Amino acid sequence: MSSKTKTMWNVGLIAALLLLLFLLEQVIPSGSMFFTVLKKGAIYALVAVSMNLLNGFTGLFSLGQAGFMLLGAYTYAILTIPVESRNSVYQYFDGGVIQFALPVPVALIAGGIVAAVFAYLIGLPVLRLKSDYLAIATLGFAEIIRAVFQWDKLGPVTNGSNLLRSYPTFKSVLYPFVVAGICIALIVLLINSTYGRAFKAIRDDEIAAEAMGINLAHHKRLAFVISSFFAGISGGLLAMYQTSIQASMFKSAMTYEILLIVVIGGIGSVTGSCISSFLFIACSEWWLRFLDNENLYIGSFHVPLLRPGFRKVVFAVIIMLMVLFYRRGIMGDKEFSLEKISNFFRRKRGKKEGKGGASHE
Amino acid sequence: MSWMEMNLPYLLAGISVGGQYALIAIGYTMVYGILRLINFAHGDIFMVAGLLVVYSTTIMPIYVAIPLMIVLTVLLGFVVERVAYKPLRSAPRMSIMISAIGVSYLLQNLALYVTGGLSQQYPAIPWISDTIQVFGATTKRVTVITPILTIVLVALLVLLIRYTKIGMAMRAASKDFETSQLMGIKINSVISTTFIIGSFLAAIGSLLFFTNYTGVTPTVGAMPGLKAFVAAVFGGIGSIPGAVIGAFIIGICENIIKGLGWTTFSDAFTFALLIVILLVKPTGLFGEKATDKV
Amino acid sequence: MKKRVLSLAMAAVMVGAMLAGCSKSDGGSASGDSGDSGAADGAKVVKIGVYEPASGDNGAGGKQEVLGMQYANEVAPTVEIGGEEYTVQLEIVDNESSNDKGPSAAASLVSAKVSVVLGSYGSGVSIAASDVFKDAGIPAIGVTCTNPQVTEGNTHYFRICFLDPFQGTVLANFANENFEAKTAYILTKLGDDYSTGLGHYFKTAFEGMNGTVIEETFPENNSDFTSYITSAKNAGADVFFAPVSTEAAALIIEQAAAQGMTIPMMAGDTWDSNVILNAAKGKDVQIYVTTFYQEGGNEEFDKGIKEWINSNSTAKANNGGDDTVSAVTAMGYDSYFVALEALKAAGSTDPKAVNEALWKVTYSGVSGDIAFDSTNGDAMRDVAYVKCANTETGAWDFVAVQGVK
Repeated sequence: MSSKTKTMWNVGLIAALLLLLFLLEQVIPSGSMFFTVLKKGAIYALVAVSMNLLNGFTGLFSLGQAGFMLLGAYTYAILTIPVESRNSVYQYFDGGVIQFALPVPVALIAGGIVAAVFAYLIGLPVLRLKSDYLAIATLGFAEIIRAVFQWDKLGPVTNGSNLLRSYPTFKSVLYPFVVAGICIALIVLLINSTYGRAFKAIRDDEIAAEAMGINLAHHKRLAFVISSFFAGISGGLLAMYQTSIQASMFKSAMTYEILLIVVIGGIGSVTGSCISSFLFIACSEWWLRFLDNENLYIGSFHVPLLRPGFRKVVFAVIIMLMVLFYRRGIMGDKEFSLEKISNFFRRKRGKKEGKGGASHE
Repeated sequence: MSWMEMNLPYLLAGISVGGQYALIAIGYTMVYGILRLINFAHGDIFMVAGLLVVYSTTIMPIYVAIPLMIVLTVLLGFVVERVAYKPLRSAPRMSIMISAIGVSYLLQNLALYVTGGLSQQYPAIPWISDTIQVFGATTKRVTVITPILTIVLVALLVLLIRYTKIGMAMRAASKDFETSQLMGIKINSVISTTFIIGSFLAAIGSLLFFTNYTGVTPTVGAMPGLKAFVAAVFGGIGSIPGAVIGAFIIGICENIIKGLGWTTFSDAFTFALLIVILLVKPTGLFGEKATDKV
Repeated sequence: MKKRVLSLAMAAVMVGAMLAGCSKSDGGSASGDSGDSGAADGAKVVKIGVYEPASGDNGAGGKQEVLGMQYANEVAPTVEIGGEEYTVQLEIVDNESSNDKGPSAAASLVSAKVSVVLGSYGSGVSIAASDVFKDAGIPAIGVTCTNPQVTEGNTHYFRICFLDPFQGTVLANFANENFEAKTAYILTKLGDDYSTGLGHYFKTAFEGMNGTVIEETFPENNSDFTSYITSAKNAGADVFFAPVSTEAAALIIEQAAAQGMTIPMMAGDTWDSNVILNAAKGKDVQIYVTTFYQEGGNEEFDKGIKEWINSNSTAKANNGGDDTVSAVTAMGYDSYFVALEALKAAGSTDPKAVNEALWKVTYSGVSGDIAFDSTNGDAMRDVAYVKCANTETGAWDFVAVQGVK
């Protein structure tokens, strides 16, 4: 396949997917868990890809994702709450100090920018640190950001530790898909550019990369800032999905979840992160929920052990098994592509026709 | 009230919490020293130790329950290492860390399932739970015992590491993992011993911690675990005295911050301290300077 | 080659699962289907969603509240709607006391097609899930979520309990009159709407009576309260006001006793729980709470539910291991009947009709008469019970019925 037809195929596939979603939305009632999973899955796919850009492609082990999502989510929420609702939301702070509301896309991008600016500032000192130290320092920064946003003195802006709500949200599942899709496409373009190759060189061997003339500090900072920008946007989307947000949601447990998604999908695979985020969300929110039901019968057999909480135990066991026995994740560092699938089938057919003839392997 | 009387309780609480962090931090620092692994599950082992006492005291007297808890906790630490970390020894560093997060997730969810998500009341332990007076401040006896016990245990540990064969093997392994293997050190038993010591100290730490703060919840280990880890990094990871001093500093600072009325930032302060030390002295207070090999 | 087969299989599984999910969601809930087998043959089923915490901070309280509903369901398992007999099925989800996990749990109730939702214990989770119910057009009846924001500015969230501005004032009055308190120490939990709200209203009322307050907050997962207690002592506070979850409360009581803090501790409805009684038993502490219901307020209900709890080991475990009747259990019981009244009045199981009907519902419950006001759908209540923990017997002593002047 030439690269042109490949692009055509990919565009066609995406268009078909969106059309399928649109049609499903007409058929399935909107309250269904199916859409809940798709919406949240799309948002997590974006943040997982942004983390993968850092951990998988640049080799920077950062655990600050929840903090940057918080920044994006808060910026979005603070800038879009309608003026008439501000008195009820900021009820302990006399309506807050901000008395205007921005359009949704502007606020989303602003969320990304705020996250990126913070990332730049945090990056100045911490990007000098290596591996685990970097991880723990970014984790620390995320916790500090969380504490600052809960601070009473900032209440007129952040509403203290209380919920932010009443801002515009999305109804259609297409919205997060389109926004996350565009962002992921941008990340993919970046990965395939000169910058992307420089990132990978840094990941594989810092010293060699530097010897080849790659400016380490500059590139690391760039990856960190871009990754945080998209984490900020996904934070804004998450705020829209949740309909209300609060700093206490963005705990380090959230970062661990995203990290697990990245690892299960395959470190260094964009499509892997996307696939695994949908699977992860579907498992944790939906498919396993029946395990919480105490009165589950298969025929007349009363299934033992089931009670609220069992779903999570099973889920954790699945994760452990994945981590131990499927170490490279769903996709490894490969990408999912139509070409490979068509090759796969062609090869299979070829094998059959050739009856065990020349193998292509 | 005198100044002393007003402020002594903060200091006492800080020292006591510091001692408990120290006991957990040793587990982190030893494991990191040898395996270069942030054992995220360590805080949850601490939590499980708490739950073991809660459940075992309902069916047996406390003087049986406590030794049993220590044995089971040590066993848990050992099993976790064998099942979740050993198979990944040749895998990239990231995989093994993910596995640690996975174990932590599993232990928390298991605890959630077993407890039904409710906070469990830790039983009062005779003598150490009693209320006493210290220079006019009222507190539990455990507050005073904690730092003393911590220092005794740490001294024993340091002696063990310095003068026994296994201690020597541990030092060799943390100096150079591969070479020590070539020198005939049974690396697996060294690592298991490390986990056993770490879990044992975490078990003692949990006993002291929950006697003071009597609610055991599935996530109760997360914060002390994280702070103990910060203490380990602060003191220079791999260094036992460093971890202990780091833990006391963090425990005391945290309570001073609370006393000053900056409670929102008591956790954030710990991390701020960590970031500052990492930037000023990246290997911590007592850490050895690491050099990159090309 | 092997890798390729694996990834293909993975993709196939995913597509298959998604499709299976579609068909499942058409047929109703994943968790609900299995429960149907227990329903009476032939009878129609109406589902009432129960959106309550069973784990996390408020798990203990949430479980007790659900007990009231389950008992009510036992007492009245069927309801006549539009001339037909329906079996009532409770669809219970756990919101994990968490504002971010709550909406997903709420979404699973929506996809289970419930007609009305009961819950929650805790205001934050109710506010967080409010829009999910609103978008689905399902009315919700708040049971013990006392923060005004739950019902403010919407037409689908109702509530059967009193509100925090009222409760806060009652408590401040009580502190002022009974303890002649001049200085109050207020300890609230960061990011907890219930805690922050009640603390705020108490402060407003208390300062209105020329009292001074010292406010402090503690973060999530905090278990060390000794510094707060020291600060309260140092400030010379006359009362220690801590409207927090039972989980934190148990720790506070334990540590207050260990540090010899003897000033009265006060709190709102959350502390009315046997968790508090157990923590306080045998210790030198004074604890006062305001609540919705006083055990003994309705003999018949008390007797019935005690019998039920004692005969059902799960229920007993969920109630904390004894048969003390918490106010939230009584409230849960009442909320169930309010929902039934609404279903009857609506004459249909359609959520929209139930929502319309709710405005007019009145009901005399064990916790008093319930009717909703016409602006926010809040119950009109003007009294609260004040109780004091008896540290010798481990039971509540009735102190006063308090209103606002």
